[in-house]
Amino acid sequence: MKLKAFSSRTAKEILRDPLNLGFGLGFPVVLILLLSAIQANIPVELFVIENLAPGIAVFGLSFMTLFSAALIAKDRGSAILQRLYTTPLTPKDFILGYTLPILPIAVAQCIVCYIFALILGLDITVRLLWSIIAIIPSALFFIALGLLCGSVFNDKQVGGICGALLTNLTAWLSGIWFDLELVGGAFKKIADLLPFIHAVELERAVLSGNYEDMFPHLYWVLGYIAVTFGLAVFAFLRQMKRQ
Amino acid sequence: METIKISGLTKKYKDTTAVDGLDLAINEGELFALLGVNGAGKTTTIKMLSCLAKPTSGDAFLCGKSIVKESGEVKSLIAVSPQETAVAPNLTVRENLELMAGVHGFAKEKTERKIAELTEQFGLGEITSKKAGKLSGGWQRRLSIAMALISEPKILFLDEPTLGLDVVVRSELWDNIRALKGKITIILTTHYMEEAESLSDRIAVMKDGKLIITGTAEEIKAFAGEEKFEDAFVKIVKEAVK
Repeated sequence: MKLKAFSSRTAKEILRDPLNLGFGLGFPVVLILLLSAIQANIPVELFVIENLAPGIAVFGLSFMTLFSAALIAKDRGSAILQRLYTTPLTPKDFILGYTLPILPIAVAQCIVCYIFALILGLDITVRLLWSIIAIIPSALFFIALGLLCGSVFNDKQVGGICGALLTNLTAWLSGIWFDLELVGGAFKKIADLLPFIHAVELERAVLSGNYEDMFPHLYWVLGYIAVTFGLAVFAFLRQMKRQ
Repeated sequence: METIKISGLTKKYKDTTAVDGLDLAINEGELFALLGVNGAGKTTTIKMLSCLAKPTSGDAFLCGKSIVKESGEVKSLIAVSPQETAVAPNLTVRENLELMAGVHGFAKEKTERKIAELTEQFGLGEITSKKAGKLSGGWQRRLSIAMALISEPKILFLDEPTLGLDVVVRSELWDNIRALKGKITIILTTHYMEEAESLSDRIAVMKDGKLIITGTAEEIKAFAGEEKFEDAFVKIVKEAVK
């Protein structure tokens, strides 16, 4: 009951912000339309919808980090959290209340992304359903990252770090727009150590039906969830104590 | 009957002592004001009593429950209206009240009853569907106090409730606070002397984390030998420096 009340508030605060909806749902859709239009007018296969759609679905998740971090940082900056800390809500309620409501938003964003991909020529298969389910681990990683950033950074810092830096990292180090093998070297090595490319490859493997290719990418994503969530809980509890 | 019993309450931050061995007893239904210049220790005291900060030493008992050992029970007895306006901006007035009822685990029927009661009490009827972030400062403060009261607290902490509000809005908010007197125990911190004098049953003056004097406004004026409460406050605080 207590968790439900707090979770409902988290969802409302996020969904009622027009900027959130514009960027979170609109921007990935614009990208998929734009890149598909480019693909239609070039002779080489650069932005094939089967590869592009899972990439954009993962890229859209970086906005979940921004939503989550921005809300927590704003709450920390205002007195609303101080008020709520004097209520019977437990630390577990706060952490779950900031995390769980964003998961359906992330899944909804993924569905919107695939709906546009279908319009642009993606085949309708049952693999689409599995792809939507397979986005959940990656979504959890990005949401946990939001909890971590929101607990550590202030409102303005979140805008810069999650809004600019993270979206760019997700974009360039995930192999969405180009094959990272083409760049190679240190760039590829760094990309391989980060979770973004593994999240994209996991999604691509499921959508293509090559389920054995999910591994080791799934392990990388699960590992990053465990580490990020652990750090996020530690950082959130630390700032809670400081308040 | 004592609702709050504070004994030896101390809070230290590194080499600074924010609250220094505070001893105080506050009676049931009393409106008690904590006064002091900036850094006197008022907000730290409120933070400790509302379980937001742990005392370095000492303890306080709210309705017999220790803030050190029984903070969970204490939290179910109290409500806080913080210094800054603490409302969820993208939620409507009604949703803000529902949020507070929800986090206290109220059933639907009780939530509806409490919302109707507080909407009437604070004159929120015409703005229930407006987003809290779009309200004026005065309305946000009213909503903030209503949100604190929804849990039917035994003790209400009002931290600078009228800070930054114009004279008319402040006066209206005073009426709201006066209407609560005797029903619950209220601890008020304020920088406005006339607010403390007008609203409070008793007043405590703090300086450098220590309690200088406790009494009614009349008793404090008589002690200082001043006719105006503000003059009495200034005199007492200045003499405490010497």
